[in-house]
Amino acid sequence: MKSAIIEFPGINRENDMARALRLATGHAPEPVWHTGTQLPAGTDLVVIPGGFSYGDYLRCGAIAARSPIMEAVRAAAARGVKVLGVCNGFQILTEAGLLPGALMRNAGLRFVCETVRLRVENDSTFFTNRLKKGDVLPCPVAHHDGNYFADDETLKRLEGEGRVVFRYAKGSNPNGSMADIAGIMNEGGNVIGMMPHPEDRVEELHGGSECLPLFESLLEEVMA
Amino acid sequence: MKATIRIMLKSGVLDPQGKAIEHALAALGFAGAGDVRQGKLITLELDETDRDRAAEMVREMCEKLLANTVIEDYEFEIGA
Repeated sequence: MKSAIIEFPGINRENDMARALRLATGHAPEPVWHTGTQLPAGTDLVVIPGGFSYGDYLRCGAIAARSPIMEAVRAAAARGVKVLGVCNGFQILTEAGLLPGALMRNAGLRFVCETVRLRVENDSTFFTNRLKKGDVLPCPVAHHDGNYFADDETLKRLEGEGRVVFRYAKGSNPNGSMADIAGIMNEGGNVIGMMPHPEDRVEELHGGSECLPLFESLLEEVMA
Repeated sequence: MKATIRIMLKSGVLDPQGKAIEHALAALGFAGAGDVRQGKLITLELDETDRDRAAEMVREMCEKLLANTVIEDYEFEIGA
């Protein structure tokens, strides 16, 4: 599997992400700097990691979403290449228009840094096929703007088309997100964004490896 | 020309920061201040001297970057 990790100034989870990908797939991802205009040839998976690109200035992910490399990501997504955005990466994907809706300031206004219970809602995606719908995983969150918002029509479509991939389990919503949404996918199912950080729950050092199967799911589809 | 751009959350969108400000005002004894909303003000200088072209450029800036029209509305003025 050939994966690429997009790096922007202010991103800080790229190494955690690279480690998780290597651990699960045996392949090291290639780092790609934001000023580039092309992805490495034959890229099967593009990952946009978490952090604070451009210091969260203007809006979280707004400036990164308009950087040169995102044109290449957009073109790759249109060809069906898999794209995964975590935390700031999710914010960047919504700002880029690759996923619907927006991530707003947490309803409680506080930065949340805790382990939530994450429920798998769709188990047939490239990132969840090793799990079962209804599985609940402990997963860390660390964000100030994770409050998912979409208008009624968009929300209805997401729900109706099974595009809510992850929800915060009952009583575990840390940010006021609509319908407890923690992660969604695009219409084609090849772009997934999520606020929690599964890359930080994949080995015993993290306190558990419950989220490793998410990364192992990549073996089925992306590598096939 | 100077452009002044005001960006606010859309009216249907919950504004938790506005709510917190409202609570703080009440706590300070300012009675009867409700529906507090907060937003952003951006000013910039344009080389463009034609008012219509300047307005068109600022509108494009808002659509492409300055506002997220999923959750925000914008309005702007072009000054001298």
